[in-house]
Amino acid sequence: MSYDRASEFCAGASACLPAAVAVIPFGLLLGARSTEKGLSLAEVFVMSATVFAGSAQFVVIDLWSEPAPWLFIALTTLLVNIRHVLMGASLAGKLGAFAPVAKPVTVFFMADEIWAMAERRTAEASLTPAYYAGLAGPLYLNWLVCTFCGAAFGHAIDRPEVYGFDFAFTAIFIGLLTGFWRGASTAGVLAASSGAAVAVKYMVEGPWYILAGGLAGMVVAIVLWRPAPQTAGEGAV
Amino acid sequence: MSMDPATLMAIAAMAVVTWCTRVAGLWLVRYVPLTGRGAAALEAVPAAVLMSVIAPMVFLTGPAETIAAAITLFAAFRLPLMAAVIVGVGAVVALRLLLG
Repeated sequence: MSYDRASEFCAGASACLPAAVAVIPFGLLLGARSTEKGLSLAEVFVMSATVFAGSAQFVVIDLWSEPAPWLFIALTTLLVNIRHVLMGASLAGKLGAFAPVAKPVTVFFMADEIWAMAERRTAEASLTPAYYAGLAGPLYLNWLVCTFCGAAFGHAIDRPEVYGFDFAFTAIFIGLLTGFWRGASTAGVLAASSGAAVAVKYMVEGPWYILAGGLAGMVVAIVLWRPAPQTAGEGAV
Repeated sequence: MSMDPATLMAIAAMAVVTWCTRVAGLWLVRYVPLTGRGAAALEAVPAAVLMSVIAPMVFLTGPAETIAAAITLFAAFRLPLMAAVIVGVGAVVALRLLLG
């Protein structure tokens, strides 16, 4: 299969632009909070470069103390990131154009926004490594620069929610959601996911609601599944 | 520029755990039948996970966020993503000022 690598990369990079802008105040804020908790500039940089998981980094930095309680931090990270298991399982079948050895590297960059836009891409085209690099490269560098600058110079915006930056990710995900409509069964999936997520968020501390909502949607999809008269083309793309 | 051993240990633990959660799905699907109900479950993941991520913001935060989410959805069917996001963020800022 041949494709124009440069145009694929540019398509990915322009798709990730809204997320790259929205993440700037959060990167600055995370960097600043990290140094307030006693991390050095180098430590902030190494964390962003090796972990690359914004929500987990925010949760962990809030719990940080010196000396760092590594086991507690590891368990917290696991809890916040457990949703990635579902996300990776879903993306796995769409990495046909990726070399087997490239797949573990590919998923290193599977932050929420990158994953969501890669999934969205598969609704209209096959996912190429160049497109994925266009998504992941700019967002990764952006995250490194923003967290480092926040650590070095402090944060420009104390409460990003005042300016609606917190809602920007919700808006991005709403926009991407419109690309995942597969008919009436999707309505059932969305209803189950939002219901379960809201109920669990209301009752249980922590990020369990994402896993609960994800699994609830999958269960509904299993229940609603009917054998198609012909092979539905979606999974085979 | 200092690097504290306990801090590096914690960061390394975070990095390993995060990568493991991201790679686990690749390994797990080898044991899921990729036809019929197994495929249907996997196909539901993007919508189910995205809906779950945004559900608390949309339904549990307040009327400003709920209304702004509806406006964003409306805009998303008509505009490119970037424009829909700008409309949504503008709506939430205005509604928070009006209603908050």
